[in-house]
Amino acid sequence: MLHETIIIFTSFAYLGILFGIAYYADQRADAGRSVIASPYIYSLSLAVYATAWTFYGSVGRAASDGVGFLPIYIGPTLMIALWWVVLRKILRISKQNRITSLADFIASRYGKSALLAGLVTVIAVIGILPYISLQLKAVSNSFTILTHYPDIVTPANVAAQSIRQDNALWVALILAAFTIVFGTRHLDAAEHHQGMVAAIAFESLVKLLAFLAVGAFVTFGIYNGFGDVFARAAAVPKLREMLTPLDGVAGDYATWAWLTILSMMAIMFLPRQFQVAVIENLDEKHLNKAIWLFPVYMLAINVFVLPIAFGGLLRFPDGNVDADTFVLTLPMAEKQELLALLVFIGGLSAATGMVIVETIALSTMVCNDLVMPVLLRLRRLRLNERRDLTGLLLGIRRGAILLILLLGYLYFRLAGEAYALVSIGLISFAAVAQFAPAVLGGIFWKGGTRTGALWGLLAGFGVWLYTLLLPALARSGWLPTSMLEQGPFGIALLKPLQLFGLAGLDQISHAMIWSMIANVGAYVGVSLCVSPSAEEHRQASLFVDVFRQSGEGAGARFWRGTASAPDLYNLLARFFGTSGAAGAFADYARGKGLTWPDPQLVADADLVHYVEVQLAGAIGAASARVMVGSVVKEEALTIDEVREILDEASQAVVYSHRLEQKSRELEATSAELRAANARLTELDRLKDDFVSTVTHELRTPLTSIRAFTEILLDAPEVEIEQRKKFLGIIGKEAERLTRLINQVLDLAKIESGKADWMETRVDIKEVIRDTLAAMDQLFREKRIEVDARLPERVSTVVVDLDRMIQVMLNLLSNAVKFCDSVNGKIEIVLAESDGHVRVDVTDNGRGIDPRDHEAVFNKFHQVGDTLTDKPHGSGLGLYISRQIVEHFGGKMWVESRRGSGARFSFTLPIGAGA
Amino acid sequence: MNRFEGKGQRFVALCMLGVLLFNYPLLALFNVSGVLFGVPVLYAYVFIAWAALIALMVLIAESGS
Repeated sequence: MLHETIIIFTSFAYLGILFGIAYYADQRADAGRSVIASPYIYSLSLAVYATAWTFYGSVGRAASDGVGFLPIYIGPTLMIALWWVVLRKILRISKQNRITSLADFIASRYGKSALLAGLVTVIAVIGILPYISLQLKAVSNSFTILTHYPDIVTPANVAAQSIRQDNALWVALILAAFTIVFGTRHLDAAEHHQGMVAAIAFESLVKLLAFLAVGAFVTFGIYNGFGDVFARAAAVPKLREMLTPLDGVAGDYATWAWLTILSMMAIMFLPRQFQVAVIENLDEKHLNKAIWLFPVYMLAINVFVLPIAFGGLLRFPDGNVDADTFVLTLPMAEKQELLALLVFIGGLSAATGMVIVETIALSTMVCNDLVMPVLLRLRRLRLNERRDLTGLLLGIRRGAILLILLLGYLYFRLAGEAYALVSIGLISFAAVAQFAPAVLGGIFWKGGTRTGALWGLLAGFGVWLYTLLLPALARSGWLPTSMLEQGPFGIALLKPLQLFGLAGLDQISHAMIWSMIANVGAYVGVSLCVSPSAEEHRQASLFVDVFRQSGEGAGARFWRGTASAPDLYNLLARFFGTSGAAGAFADYARGKGLTWPDPQLVADADLVHYVEVQLAGAIGAASARVMVGSVVKEEALTIDEVREILDEASQAVVYSHRLEQKSRELEATSAELRAANARLTELDRLKDDFVSTVTHELRTPLTSIRAFTEILLDAPEVEIEQRKKFLGIIGKEAERLTRLINQVLDLAKIESGKADWMETRVDIKEVIRDTLAAMDQLFREKRIEVDARLPERVSTVVVDLDRMIQVMLNLLSNAVKFCDSVNGKIEIVLAESDGHVRVDVTDNGRGIDPRDHEAVFNKFHQVGDTLTDKPHGSGLGLYISRQIVEHFGGKMWVESRRGSGARFSFTLPIGAGA
Repeated sequence: MNRFEGKGQRFVALCMLGVLLFNYPLLALFNVSGVLFGVPVLYAYVFIAWAALIALMVLIAESGS
């Protein structure tokens, strides 16, 4: 037996538990050991999205059109996929600017405009009223139904109640009292309500468990699983068509798409979602888990919606039970008292969670963005001189909470009975969707201006009032229904439900289309036509470029004026008390490396900005600006100056990029220079070596020539034979001198490019034979075995014949020089391949160290140690040979290992005309 | 920053995939009579696609964190 007192007692016990959790979490937060600093709690708190609408209304919607409840949860899932891009940015902006609410966010973005903040607040409050009334309706209805247990009643049919018995009013008052005690116990600079978040997370668990319990009971207790429910539904003709519920492209699919878009906006811009997702967020990293945990939650709470809906339709076939109440009435019909009570508590937690967060968010907005700016401007009140404003702020908030709930109750009385739960909720969704252009445009588009946002919001909200709120009131009998049917003053074109003749859509899609056209059109159009003020310009840049800013000081660049530190201190003290203000100043001073109080602490742009941001945390950006403005003397920056500051910043970025590039270029250049320097040093060394070599080379033959000449002169008695021998030596030495000098001259010619090249078609085989013949004598003298392997036919090449002989001579004489002194052997191979002829000259001397393979082709290079070994040549032969070969498009190289001879090879391209 | 941008792009692509999955014409393909695991095809499709979308969100969100 469920007596009224049991239900009431259980409800209060539940609220008591909530309060206990909140109290505990607040205590822990004050002690610095937060219980809510976890991505799981954050995700659960986001589930405040699932309200009594979800709990009762989803089933109601499913029972009427099958799938219509799903876009409300699929839309947010899609939006959450964009959170990494969108919400992360909003979070960063909000933390840097100490944003306290959605109104504060929009107002801050558009130049801290108090007017805009007020407008957003008004739209939010009016827009959310239907939603709050929905919660009241759900709680009061479920209470009425439960008290009539075991009878199942329809609340609307229960005889009219007196005020004393009016559940909804009592629910509103109790919730107001609870929220006031809950959310406005003290003023927090960061506007964090850790206790509230903990309680909301708990409520999210309760409502999920309650819903899953009733879902499992219906699906597996009353029926035999999912298949059974759907199979039985398919057997009923009326229900069968709901199994393929979508029909017609224009109608149902458009509704589906608009509902998806609408709920995508709602998950971002419902004041309570903004409150839990942005304001109460403690750590940006929590987003990582919440991005998938919250969708999982939504999926879970929707799994049993369809079985319950069909179960209800099957159980109450004559349609005298409201589908919105199936969640509760099914367990009651099955005489499950405890389950019914659990469901009631689940619905209560869904409703209270929504009401608590929503009214706290709205009351913050009403206080900071509507009432305070007005009060501060009223000079009569002399608020600027009041010592302590904390009490006043809390008072305003408490009043606002009570007022909002009573207005919600009023809406419930005026229009609530005519609509199902979901339809009421969607009206609110459409209202908050009006914030989307201003917010999303504001964080991605610097061009959006205050006037644009103002007109966009006004236009969108106006259309909302006309196409959604007005019909709601008309249907409830508060306005003549002729307005809906014939249009105002009989103008059919202006019918609120078929504006400008747009028919065939459901009410929500219709309203969304027109309000979004009006809103986005006005926002963009006006923004493009009106140029922004300096303040707007700077805020736009702070918001859009938030990831490029560093820290909270970014805003200070834009401030110029005079202020005194004690004035600022007193200002803070009025809102946070002396200890709070001293703490804030101590923090600031510590950051500057000073202590507070310290006469050196100057009231510069940084300090003024710091105080304003602190203050904004308590009373919103617009009010904070007014308050700070009252104690400092600010010189207004002109738009040009703001632009200049912004340009300076962006120019600095450009400069630093250029500097980086320059320094990279410099590094590259200096590396090149180092390499060039190394090469020059090497060349210099080679030149020195050359000079000493050449001198040595010149001196040796000169010395012997002189010596023999002197002998011949001084000793006429020398025999004729001897005399001949001496003259022969003199002749040979002179020849050596000539050769050396010729080579140096050759080198000079080739290097300066003045050499004469006589190009003719030449058979390399002949060149080799001629050279071998010329050197035959030398080979015999040195007893060197020569093995020339020359093919019968070989293609001709186009070269200078004399130069080629010079190359061959050089290679062969080198081979002779370095050949094994006892069993000298030289091998010459001529071959042809790939359009080249190739000549290899191999000796069996001591070989060349691989390190020197390239060096031997350097000019003036002498193999071996020039200091100890007797030089074997000028060091120019190979260099000149390579120059010649390369001149004719060939290559020359050496292959060798120390101790096993060397093979010099060159290739020449076969003449094109051959 | 690059890692953040890559993640952002993946999420945007995922959102687009979701828009595609939950709209005409794909939705219409499944709006037929018949059952899948005892559940009408359309409902089964929506819930399976939804779960798959969330699974991809888990993958992207937890990657590299």
